[in-house]
Amino acid sequence: MNFRMIFYVLGLVMNFESVFLLVPCVTAVIYREKEGIAYLIMAVVCLAAGIVMTAKKPKNRSIYAKEGFAAVALSWILLSVAGAVPFTVSGEIPSFIDALFEIISGVTTTGASILTDVEALSHASLLWRSFSHWFGGMGVLVFILAVMPLTGGRNIHLMRAESPGPSVEKLVPKIKQSALFLYGVYLFLTVLQAVLLLAGGVNFFESINIAFATAGTGGFAVRNSSFAEYSAYVQYVTSIFMILFGVNFNVYFLLLAKKFKVIFSFEEVWQFFAIIGVAVLAITYNVRHLFPTLEEAFRSSLFQVGTIISTTGFATTDYNLWPAFSKIILLLLMFIGACAGSTGGGIKVSRVALAWKGVRSEMVHACHPNSVRVAKYNKNPVSVELLRSVYVFLAAYIFIFTGSVLLLSLNGNDFETNFSAVAATLNNIGPGFSKVGPTGNYAFFNGFSKFVLMFDMLAGRLEIFPMLLVCSPHFWHNNKKFFRQRWRRK
Amino acid sequence: MKIIIVGCGKVGETLTELLSNEKKHDITVIDLERTILQNITDTYDVMGIAGNGTTFSVLQEADIDSSDVMIAVTGSDEVNLLCCVVAKKSRSKIETIARVRSHSYFNEISYLRESLGISMIINPELAAASEIARLLRFPNAIEISTFAKGRVELMTFRLHENNPIIHKKISAVIGQYQADIVVCAVERDHKVVIPDGNFIFEEQDLVSIVGTPKSSNDFFKKIKIKTHQVGNTMIVGGGTIALYLALQLLNMGIGVKIVERNKARCKELCELLPKAMIIHGSGIDHDLLLEEGLADCESFVAMTGNDEENLFLSMFAGTKSKGKLVTKINRFSYDEVIERLDLGSIVCPKQLTAQYILQYVRAKQNSIGSNVENIYRILENKAEALEFNISKKCPLLHVPLEKMHLHSNLIVAAIIRQRKIIMPRGGDEFRVGDRVIVVSNGNQILDITDIQK
Repeated sequence: MNFRMIFYVLGLVMNFESVFLLVPCVTAVIYREKEGIAYLIMAVVCLAAGIVMTAKKPKNRSIYAKEGFAAVALSWILLSVAGAVPFTVSGEIPSFIDALFEIISGVTTTGASILTDVEALSHASLLWRSFSHWFGGMGVLVFILAVMPLTGGRNIHLMRAESPGPSVEKLVPKIKQSALFLYGVYLFLTVLQAVLLLAGGVNFFESINIAFATAGTGGFAVRNSSFAEYSAYVQYVTSIFMILFGVNFNVYFLLLAKKFKVIFSFEEVWQFFAIIGVAVLAITYNVRHLFPTLEEAFRSSLFQVGTIISTTGFATTDYNLWPAFSKIILLLLMFIGACAGSTGGGIKVSRVALAWKGVRSEMVHACHPNSVRVAKYNKNPVSVELLRSVYVFLAAYIFIFTGSVLLLSLNGNDFETNFSAVAATLNNIGPGFSKVGPTGNYAFFNGFSKFVLMFDMLAGRLEIFPMLLVCSPHFWHNNKKFFRQRWRRK
Repeated sequence: MKIIIVGCGKVGETLTELLSNEKKHDITVIDLERTILQNITDTYDVMGIAGNGTTFSVLQEADIDSSDVMIAVTGSDEVNLLCCVVAKKSRSKIETIARVRSHSYFNEISYLRESLGISMIINPELAAASEIARLLRFPNAIEISTFAKGRVELMTFRLHENNPIIHKKISAVIGQYQADIVVCAVERDHKVVIPDGNFIFEEQDLVSIVGTPKSSNDFFKKIKIKTHQVGNTMIVGGGTIALYLALQLLNMGIGVKIVERNKARCKELCELLPKAMIIHGSGIDHDLLLEEGLADCESFVAMTGNDEENLFLSMFAGTKSKGKLVTKINRFSYDEVIERLDLGSIVCPKQLTAQYILQYVRAKQNSIGSNVENIYRILENKAEALEFNISKKCPLLHVPLEKMHLHSNLIVAAIIRQRKIIMPRGGDEFRVGDRVIVVSNGNQILDITDIQK
């Protein structure tokens, strides 16, 4: 393993973190808040660390699949730890574990909060939370690839480890251009949403926060009631944008390239929309008696379906009070999640569809042992390797899920809370059911449970394998020599 | 530039590697095999498309409408030609390059090029044969490149023991022999150094000099390195390259003896090469080789279809004869090991093909952007020689070289002023209309002004 290169990438991440931290600093200056000092200090610390770490360019700069995994997982852990410090230093979230939980929930675009009173936070901290959604949504390393001259073909492994989906493809020949394009579309949609919100009468600060949180499909709100107090227009705009950010970004590229035929054969997106349509209609019918008008029932179910399937996690209403049928639909949507190549989490529509195709062809194969079948997805033949990666992902997903539920049950909460808390964090949604529902939060869990959930959030965002790799003793064992040498030199 | 490469065999991959390392091209590779593509896109920063490169839809997907160059290097000549035709039809401005190796098209290459609108057709076997022929014309050189239409040559040779210039400074050598050449690069322990006047030669150095054919000939005579072409050659393996090579050598008046194990092929060769001596037998048969005069032959070319066999044949020939050795290698993956064996010259047709195509692409690129007229990769890509035209606007006009603050890893190797070739010394200067050749190992030079610090 090329640890020197990973170390270098971590240094780059620190440099960028320090730039990101300037955003809340500026906010603090505008609103004249003293919390800004904490962010400024941390920005300086990160910059110093980053400069030291990137001072020496490694000679061997090759990144293979395992380096990609390790660099991404370690970057995200480092990013979170550094990002949590200002919360504690400024005294707004006194416990460091809580602060870490909050920022991991931010960068992984989960949106699960341990705060009981969000409105008490300073503007700087509110913006930092939302902004962490934004850069976490598309990915920090993708951002670095977009703006840094980190050339070399093997850097695709960095992008692949960080971007969600079973098979990550470039849109144009160069990684840099692909990453730039993704961030371009991302920025454009974010600004567009912010402008539409402004037009709907939301104030400037809240528009930006909501736009950031929607773009990353995060879900941190700036009001205690999340979205309930906003107008119908704002709710519709946000619903639509949540769904748009849950769409595979390749579609936007194809749209711009005017390749409509290819979009037409893009099964994943149509399946995504079909699932949303069916779920919205079913829930609207199921909850119509709970709302005064049909429009309101439709709006609430559209918003809730959009927020859950795109794994955002805003709420306009307490769906804990909905009938069991609607709740189960929402629970299923939690697992399906958004499209591959979007900013959303979950298992991903394409994996579910591929698994379904795999099951079907295995069934046929079981009945006709000599039959030859090639499954197709998005008009392309599905390779055995791809199917295998989907099965392995699902298996690992189930192991982590059940393990986490088991560990969480030590805390003594009811089953629904434990189960939905893991579902909501591993799928990067945020609110679950029962005690962690839209009106609740994660503050009541003990430290150990919070660590389990933090792991789930990171594992969910990075699609499990990077986190599993850095947690395996094998990985650390192989690199013991490197650390020992490094230690001795100091 | 946007480049499409169809076919990811050895040539395609080498091209992808070399072009993507330049970092200024957007490269899309097309191949039928997904696994090969996966491998390539994992290693290089390029996009892969699985499909048939001759189909319009696949080329569309590769964004042919905005591409500048298409290179067809699949295993089949016809596929390559068809690719180019389809590409040319869908975008008339595109430059197309095809690899065509079949002997049946040999005499029709210029016709194909004109009628199908293909910019460049390369025949790897022919290219390899020409390269070998050039080496045999001057057996002591390991590498020969020509500039300015052959008026300036860059030659690389190894310093063997007893050479009078070993342990001497370059400046002393130039002065002592009154040599009108420039020592532009020295490779020692796999590292290329651009030497200055105080550099001291050591045994086993690979020295590259630039000069006119006459001046370098004089220099070689003075330092007692033989310069005349070989008188005869023994070729083991009678494939297509051997045929092309024999044709060229016979033209130059070099006697050719070909050892081929396939009787039918021997007869064919007899008909095609009436002046050559064709021997039916296996190259592994040492007695046969010795009987046919291996010990006395002035050059030996191993080019059977098997790399390992070629290596051992050359090693064997090296023990028996003092002649020039040339070894053909198909797979270039062990180049570091092979280099250590001191087998003389290694020729790799596929590598050569990639190099030629690369030169063409670079020339195209340079005609667009920078002021470089031509780029030649020398010493196995470890250094490059660049050709510049000096225009009126050049800020370095009439500045003596010794007053320019040149980078340490480059050297101005030649100035071509109308009919005159100047081997530049400290007092020389650039004038309008000059062509200047710069040899560099390292920094990217896009304009003649980049040679200054």
